[in-house]
Amino acid sequence: MSNRNKEESILQLLTQKPWDPAQAELDNLHSGQTIDLSTGKLGQRYIIIVSTIFFCLFIVTYSDRMIYADWQNMPEPLLLWFNTFVLLASSIIFISVQVASNKKQFEKVKRGLLMIGGLAFIFILGQLLVWQKLIGLGYYVAGNPANAYFYLFTALHGLHLIGGLIYWGMTIRKVWSFNEIIVKNAQHTVELCGIYWHFLLFVWLVLFGLMSFS
Amino acid sequence: MIVPIVILLVILGSVAFHFWSPWWWSEVASNWGNIDSTILLTFWVTGVVFVAVGLFVAFCVWKYRYNKDRTADYEPENARLEWILTILTALGVIALLTPGLIVWNKFVTVPDDVYEIEVLGYQWGWGFRLPGQDGILGTTDINNINDENMFGLNTDDPHSFDDILIDGDELHILLNQPLKVNLRSLDVLHDFYVPQFRAKMDMIPGMITSYWFTPIKTGSFEILCAEYCGTAHYAMLGTVLVDEKDDYDEWLNEQMTFKETLALNKNNDLIKVASKND
Amino acid sequence: MAANGYEDVVKGDDAVPALEVQPQELYHAKSFWTRYIFCQDAKVIAVQYSLTAIAIGLVGLVSSWLIRMQIAYPGVIPMDASAYYQLVTMHGMIMVIYLLTALFLGGFGNYLIPLMVGARDMVFPYVNMLSYWVFLLAVLILVASYFVPGGPTGAGWTLYPPQAITSGTPGSGLGIILMIVSLAVFVVGFTMGGLNYVITTLQARTRGMTLMRLPLTVWGIFVATVLALFAFPALLVAGIMMLLDNILGTSFFMPAILEAGLGEQMAYDGGSPILFQHLFWFFGHPEVYIVALPAFGIVSDLISVHARKNIFGYRMMVWAIVIIGFLSFIVWAHHMYVAGMNPWFGFFFATTTLIIAIPTALKVYNWVLTLWRGNIQLTVPMLFAIGFLITFTNGGLTGLFLGNVIVDVPLSDTYFVVAHFHMVMGIAPVLVVYGAIYHWFPLITGRFLNNRLGKIHFWITFLGSYSIYFPMHYLGFMGVTRRYFEVFEGEAFPVSIVGINQFITIAALVTGFAQLVFFYNLIVSVKHGDKAEKNPWKACSLEWQTTEMPPGHGNFEKELPIVHRWAYDFSVPGANEDYIPQNISPSEVSNAQAEKT
Repeated sequence: MSNRNKEESILQLLTQKPWDPAQAELDNLHSGQTIDLSTGKLGQRYIIIVSTIFFCLFIVTYSDRMIYADWQNMPEPLLLWFNTFVLLASSIIFISVQVASNKKQFEKVKRGLLMIGGLAFIFILGQLLVWQKLIGLGYYVAGNPANAYFYLFTALHGLHLIGGLIYWGMTIRKVWSFNEIIVKNAQHTVELCGIYWHFLLFVWLVLFGLMSFS
Repeated sequence: MIVPIVILLVILGSVAFHFWSPWWWSEVASNWGNIDSTILLTFWVTGVVFVAVGLFVAFCVWKYRYNKDRTADYEPENARLEWILTILTALGVIALLTPGLIVWNKFVTVPDDVYEIEVLGYQWGWGFRLPGQDGILGTTDINNINDENMFGLNTDDPHSFDDILIDGDELHILLNQPLKVNLRSLDVLHDFYVPQFRAKMDMIPGMITSYWFTPIKTGSFEILCAEYCGTAHYAMLGTVLVDEKDDYDEWLNEQMTFKETLALNKNNDLIKVASKND
Repeated sequence: MAANGYEDVVKGDDAVPALEVQPQELYHAKSFWTRYIFCQDAKVIAVQYSLTAIAIGLVGLVSSWLIRMQIAYPGVIPMDASAYYQLVTMHGMIMVIYLLTALFLGGFGNYLIPLMVGARDMVFPYVNMLSYWVFLLAVLILVASYFVPGGPTGAGWTLYPPQAITSGTPGSGLGIILMIVSLAVFVVGFTMGGLNYVITTLQARTRGMTLMRLPLTVWGIFVATVLALFAFPALLVAGIMMLLDNILGTSFFMPAILEAGLGEQMAYDGGSPILFQHLFWFFGHPEVYIVALPAFGIVSDLISVHARKNIFGYRMMVWAIVIIGFLSFIVWAHHMYVAGMNPWFGFFFATTTLIIAIPTALKVYNWVLTLWRGNIQLTVPMLFAIGFLITFTNGGLTGLFLGNVIVDVPLSDTYFVVAHFHMVMGIAPVLVVYGAIYHWFPLITGRFLNNRLGKIHFWITFLGSYSIYFPMHYLGFMGVTRRYFEVFEGEAFPVSIVGINQFITIAALVTGFAQLVFFYNLIVSVKHGDKAEKNPWKACSLEWQTTEMPPGHGNFEKELPIVHRWAYDFSVPGANEDYIPQNISPSEVSNAQAEKT
């Protein structure tokens, strides 16, 4: 590691004089990489940022809309708490999978991933059951803005989870590789999938909390 | 050689167009003459900058045209010059913004002695409502709207029945009477705009927007819808006539109140309600 | 490696460590299909993006001719008000999103970023390819909306509810649905591309290429992409909610209203149309800069190269790009001064909007100061750059009218607005696009575009567009409202506006047809243009320093270039030539004096 290891603030960066010979000597040694992270991880952060902004904007409109008089909260089926618990459990299992993957215990990783996938399917199924139940009770999407937001939020979160399941499938493929597992690749993918999983749990907790306690 | 000359012609042509073309705004007919003044101020400040930049470009293109025996200057930056330019620009911006915000403050501060009327927009036409003798506009609800109650007046509001309803595209207003127009829409966005009054504001279904002005010139002015509102947007026109007191009163006497329109439609139930409120 | 990207190496004369060539798995095209169609090479994707954008842009161009004919010579081309509003809507939407955004980021971004930062390709080539195909799908959905019953939406490019989805507006059936779906697909495709532009710029630069050594083109595209990352989700959110209002009958944006023409009451209640406007402009204003910032960057490089002088105040230029990018998120409501929002917002947004004029003005000063004491070659790219300077200065200054809230009150929704935004985000960026095409065409094809045709194209385009939009401001001063199918001769306006409209229409048609000269030039020159030698403009930046021209697969030959200087070492005192490319080390510069300036 370098003795020039100080974090370079964005302000310092932007005040460099690239034409200055002293600065040029420094710059010649630059590796050309700005952030010490793999491109995969950066790409994932990019997607997480976009998706966070996306949900934040929805939440802003939600809080704008709910102050109007016609807003009527929906009942909250117990099933939703069960689903939340399922998602939470899958995320917790994923933590142990990540630990196992770092220790190269891929048998454990495989078992864990299968359980996570199963739980995710149960969650989606559970959400659909909630929809069915609410529709049965007469809470249609156009009935009230609160209903509309409920269906919208659950649907968007569900779509994100389906996206996550696609990535989960890719992770499975890397871990189940018939040839030798390329350990580094598999670990990287497991880690990325894990981060996304926890992100989805976080999103759900925020949305669920918002709809329950507002 | 031709490039700097053409740039020069573009700059001079723009200035000439401004001074000699016949196209300019019509004379202001409301108290918002100071909006015109802020436009003129902006016009002169920006105009000077535009001409200066253009002439400078023309000069550089002519003076520093390519010559293979000459090399350009090597000057990465000049902090002093850049600071001076920043400060000058900031001063220019302040010079434009300050008067702008002062006038805006006047525009959004409604005086106490305004006469409030309502302008209603719909696809595609205008309706107008005056407060009647009690001087207060009755409240409305879109659910009340039917053939006999186009404005959707609340019949349980005692202020409703003396409101004067004008279904048609012609509104009369009184000279020198500060006026607050409350704007309402029944379907989509519209915008109540009279070019000579300079002011405008969108009409939003589900809420009431407003602005105020004082007409200072008599005459007939055209109302335009200034917010795109569908296929017949361009045909959503009307007329506002600014009258002297006598003409205005004469016109006002010919208009019908809500109660009178109900009578005309022989809606006896509601007339009873109305009479009870008298 | 250190956190700041500098490696720990002992300083010395030529202390550049041997390049660790990272074994990057490069994608290799095996057949015609993977080489030209489903290709992962950013250069090919760039051309695909550009051609698609230009093709749909032609639809937008022809729409504008029809619109102008209707305004000045009603009846010559038979159309009803619905058709007129559909043309206006599609013209706006196509030009802003499908032409300019796609061309600057998908086209120039893809071609120039890897080459300029010294990378072999984008970091996620497969995602990059998908990005193009998703964009093409968005374009096809847009085109499909022309062929559904009721035609494309005529809601105006801002798609304001309630009218966007009610029956008084043309195309309120399938047209608006396809429009929103197309936009959503565009956003998805664009996010995939943006992922590449941002991460390639941040992570995949070659050795020695610090961020502050990047050409301003890359800075402009980079910051524009970051803006898009924050802005486009707002469009997506607004689109999804309006789609639900339309299809499922929710009331996110829809208040209780009547059907068009005082009809039945519709089944909506309580929604807020202004909320849509906030979301739309939270996207829409940064969108202006998503188009403008790449243009700013590119034009800086054009001026610098063809004036043989370093860009004046490079650091200020970078700061201005970053500051403008940041400020563009807190000015959106200046589009809504008369939209019925709380009037007190006017004070805040007028102030932020006028503040944004300061960095923008500084950019203009620095461009013209780059010309000062330069050695200006009046090549076609330089002509377009000068045309941009005049046009942009004009359009930027009229922004000071509209940003100042009280001045906006009489001028908003008039032709003044139309003239302003066409000058500033229509003509100005398009002039840069042309300049850039004339500039980089030799790099892409190995041949020059025809110079004489280029000059004809420039003069008609520049003078023609100026004659269209300069007089149009005066219609705005007179208060002539925009989006009018027909302006009746009433009390509002004198008859003389007919004359000015006819003049504008003729100018527009002439300018429009002059673009055919350009397309002819483009097509003919690909095969028959004059052959260009390597680095024909004697530029410093890396894209011209490839061993092959046009750059081959993987951009650079065996070794990536190592960067020793910033991208603007033009006319360095003491050097033999008037330029020193970025990859020339100090020891290679014949005169050592060159380094000591």
